[in-house]
Amino acid sequence: MDDLKQKYLSQIADAGDESALEDIRLAAVGKKGEVALKMRELGKMTPEERQVAGPALNALKDEINSALAAKKAALGDAALDERLRSEWLDVTLPTRHQRQGSIHPVSQVTEELTAIFAEMGFSVAEGPRIDTDWYNFDALNIPGHHPARAEMDTFYMARGEGDDRAPHVLRTHTSPVQIRTMEAEGAPLRIICPGGVYRADYDQTHTPMFHQVEGLAIDKDLSMANLKWVLEEFFSAFFEIDGIKTRFRASHFPFTEPSAEVDIQCSWVDGQLRIGEGDGWMEVLGSGMVHPKVLQAGGIDPNEWQGFAFGMGIDRIAMLKYGIPDLRAFFDADLRWLRHYGFASLDQPNLHGGLSR
Amino acid sequence: MKFTLSWLKDHLDTTASIDEITYALTDLGLEVEGVENPAAKLADFTLGYVQTAEKHPDADRLNVCQVETDEGVMQIICGAPNARAGITVVVAKPGVYVPGIDTTIGVGKIRGVESFGMMASEREMELSEEHDGIIELPSGKPGDRFIDWLAENDPAKVDPVIEIAITPNRPDALGVRGIARDLAARGLGKLKPRDCDAVEGSFASPIGVSIDEDTLDGCPVFYGRVIRGVKNGPSPQWLQDCLRAIGLRPISFLVDVTNFFTFDRNRPLHVFDADKVKGNLRVHRAKGGEEIAALDEKTYTLQAGQMVISDDSGVESIAGIMGGEATGVTEDTVNVFVESAYWDPVQIAYAGRALKINSDARYRFERGVDPAWTPYGIEHATRMILDHAGGEPSEVVVAGQVPDTRRAYKLDAAKVQSLVGMTIPESDQRQTLTALGFQLDGDMAQVPSWRPDVQGEADLVEEVARIASLTQLQGKPLPRLTTGVPRPVLSPMQRRVVTARRTAAALGYNECVTYSFIDQASAALFGGGTDETRLENPISSDMSHMRPDLLPGLLQAAARNQARGFADMALFEVGPAFSGGEPGEEQIMVSGLLVGRTGPRDVHGAARAVDVFDAKADAEAVLSAIGAPAKVQILRGAAEWWHPGRHGKICLGPKKVLGVFGEVHPRVLAAMDVKGPAMAFTIYPAEVPMPRKSGATRPALQISDLQAVERDFAFVVDADVEALTLVNAAKGADKSLIDDVRVFDEFIGGSLGEGKKSLAITVRLQPSDKTLKDADIEAVGAKVVEKVTKATGGVLRG
Repeated sequence: MDDLKQKYLSQIADAGDESALEDIRLAAVGKKGEVALKMRELGKMTPEERQVAGPALNALKDEINSALAAKKAALGDAALDERLRSEWLDVTLPTRHQRQGSIHPVSQVTEELTAIFAEMGFSVAEGPRIDTDWYNFDALNIPGHHPARAEMDTFYMARGEGDDRAPHVLRTHTSPVQIRTMEAEGAPLRIICPGGVYRADYDQTHTPMFHQVEGLAIDKDLSMANLKWVLEEFFSAFFEIDGIKTRFRASHFPFTEPSAEVDIQCSWVDGQLRIGEGDGWMEVLGSGMVHPKVLQAGGIDPNEWQGFAFGMGIDRIAMLKYGIPDLRAFFDADLRWLRHYGFASLDQPNLHGGLSR
Repeated sequence: MKFTLSWLKDHLDTTASIDEITYALTDLGLEVEGVENPAAKLADFTLGYVQTAEKHPDADRLNVCQVETDEGVMQIICGAPNARAGITVVVAKPGVYVPGIDTTIGVGKIRGVESFGMMASEREMELSEEHDGIIELPSGKPGDRFIDWLAENDPAKVDPVIEIAITPNRPDALGVRGIARDLAARGLGKLKPRDCDAVEGSFASPIGVSIDEDTLDGCPVFYGRVIRGVKNGPSPQWLQDCLRAIGLRPISFLVDVTNFFTFDRNRPLHVFDADKVKGNLRVHRAKGGEEIAALDEKTYTLQAGQMVISDDSGVESIAGIMGGEATGVTEDTVNVFVESAYWDPVQIAYAGRALKINSDARYRFERGVDPAWTPYGIEHATRMILDHAGGEPSEVVVAGQVPDTRRAYKLDAAKVQSLVGMTIPESDQRQTLTALGFQLDGDMAQVPSWRPDVQGEADLVEEVARIASLTQLQGKPLPRLTTGVPRPVLSPMQRRVVTARRTAAALGYNECVTYSFIDQASAALFGGGTDETRLENPISSDMSHMRPDLLPGLLQAAARNQARGFADMALFEVGPAFSGGEPGEEQIMVSGLLVGRTGPRDVHGAARAVDVFDAKADAEAVLSAIGAPAKVQILRGAAEWWHPGRHGKICLGPKKVLGVFGEVHPRVLAAMDVKGPAMAFTIYPAEVPMPRKSGATRPALQISDLQAVERDFAFVVDADVEALTLVNAAKGADKSLIDDVRVFDEFIGGSLGEGKKSLAITVRLQPSDKTLKDADIEAVGAKVVEKVTKATGGVLRG
């Protein structure tokens, strides 16, 4: 029996492939294999002999079977290793192309400021881009003869023959949305109105379309001090720099009274603008307390309610924050520009994760 | 508005520095746009006294001078012909920058002799073009600063010029006196009294004045007088200096007087040559069509209703805007008629705009000139003319009367606190208003006649806060609307637009923002370009019409990028497109454009030309992201800018179009210079029905443990049968058992013959209560075949 064991174990060890191994298995432990033949002889033995030979034969069978299995696994491993050796790839090759989309800075910054103002309770109001001259001017205390009207470089829609109505305008600011929202919702009110506006001007720093955000808050007892706080909070959050200071300067806008131009703190270092430091000031927006006539035009009683309004250029603050040099390029759709200044689709600004990467 | 520091000091007694003044101006709302300070560049020049001057040993034209300076006697070589002993000169010592020659002086040797500086000419210091010799001063001590000497002896040369921007509400600051008044109220000095007594006339004005009844609302008052026997000519130097400093050209004394008061007091005046006026002057409205040659040497045709001043010969002046050439004053004028009138701002604004004349007079009258100062204007002008040009004044003729602009508003001292948020004692508030010319009677503040902008209590607050300085404002937190966590603020539609945008970007599209206006031809290709959407005053013909669709702008962007060498691109835009010219005739669209290939050539052979199914997939992805239902119809018959056979409208019923995808019509591409083909989609987010939201809870998940079974079928159908019809028919075979039907193969032609195709589908069966037996599957299969055959006329492919 030991001979048998020695014979097969050494054959198994020497087997070169799976078919040789199968031949050994049939010869050894197959139905007609040597071990099986030995098993058949058990019947002829005495019970005493059988008690010795039976377990020994079973043990032999098990031993050969495990040797076969082990050898089979080893052969499989060797075959796999052999295959993998031939499966070498040049992984420095480039991948299949995947397009990278991008979000335009105007959209990104609009979402940024929406997130900030939403936290302060401002919702987002929208309105038509073509509007009547009443909403764009008269309701905002800019009557027909007012010099501000001529200074606004307004685009007018053509009027058909026989149509004697005053021509509609492409809104020169998003302020008409304030009036429409006041009419629709009344007071108290907290809104921002972001969107495209139009002025007939084209040079290095002006494009005939650009983007503005206006803010409007109306309540019983809001003052310019609240406005200053809101703006300082906004600028600190937007530029992601703590404690940005603002400076209010008296000015005039027909739709606010008192009116102020607002500068933010900045400095120039080696030709680089640094916001929120130094003792320089840069004008960024116009603001003031809503003129009583404007409240009235929006159907709100100025004796009962008061509030503030402000307006600034979205493209402009985008340029300041992200160091974009030329306004005109915003609307040129140059792929190189879109890819360089654009934002990833999943970089959706929010306050808990931060506005920018 | 420009003025010089000395002009300001003519009205303001102040010791404030130029920096203090400019800071205060900007802070007061009179924003300083620029300061030109000639003294700044001359600060380092000092006076010197030439003790001796000897010929240079090696140069005939040079002198070696010993010059006494604040740093002792210095040797200076000088080539000026007038360099000689005994004169007081201006010295630039080594290290001083000389602006006229753009050089910093150093110690040098000139032909072997050392020189420690330079003696300067006027041109070298940019004071004038004078360069015949060095400056010789009649006075001054060596070592004194030259600018101090100039300030003392020739102040105009070092007079800083300040330019400020004037907001439309502050016509009073269009006169130097108004600016001085603001500064005085701020505490930067005292406003000087500048009144003058009326000048008695010695004869009746030979020229009378009348105002037509229908013109009194535009010209309530007109003052005039003749001054005879004047000697016109160049103005005195100080007046010429004043005008030149602010960029005006001195013309002749009489004209310069009117310009002076325009800027000094915001009081435009006009002078007629009395000898050229025929008969009396009449203020009236133009009939329309009259012509006048004005002082700017242009001829204007008047429109009916515009105010004019006429004499017996016809129209002689465009009222309040510009005088006429025929009666204009010249150097030879000896008898002059001076006009001081008040013109209504609104009427001047409209007339000036219609005539397109921008004059200093129009600019001021349309913003508002002090009506009450009309009679004083003529007296001040008379006084100045008599002082410098002599002559004899007539009595003043007056037509109409000074309009009554008196009004008063309640000063509520608490309003400054409630509106601005600054605490200013009432006494300070009253003092501020008084300094600005308001008259306080109890708590009523009478508005000065020169402040047409003050129209209510809020204006009083503005004045008080402005003078006190808004820089003192301290921020105060804005209370939250609700306590606790802020609520979301975006409307479902606003969120939808954000989602659509970010989905498109995630699909690999680059977002563009293009102009809302576009050229007529491109607009016309997309169903627009009509008069309804035409701009009256476009800035160029490329931007003449509101865009009817986003695609023309994207296609133009694609053409520009192709011209830059980019062949493959995916662009998108989210924004309004305009169906008409009325407010609200606009709709937000989301459009994507694919041009070229899916990517550059690559080793995997993966890049291929973009096709309609790319655009369809992206359109479906965007729609899905914004909550559109999964079950839609794909219909044909979209607008003509799509390829007629290669597009589809994604619809809920024939009239509810959620979006369109397809290939852009080759003719459109050719017209827009885009190398095609190009695939596109447009989504109309507002058309997607809003979900009936009943909370965030999802329906319970229904899953079966039973094995799903898939069976394939292939049908031969007519080539124009649409796959979706077949799929829907198969799905209808057993709605509870059939989970999904997918097309996995389309085969056209070959053995099928002309006009036929084979569509192969996989039908997935998902039992829910018992395992499917072969018989069940057979039964459903038969039903699928039956339904499909009925719906499409197709047959099961053998």
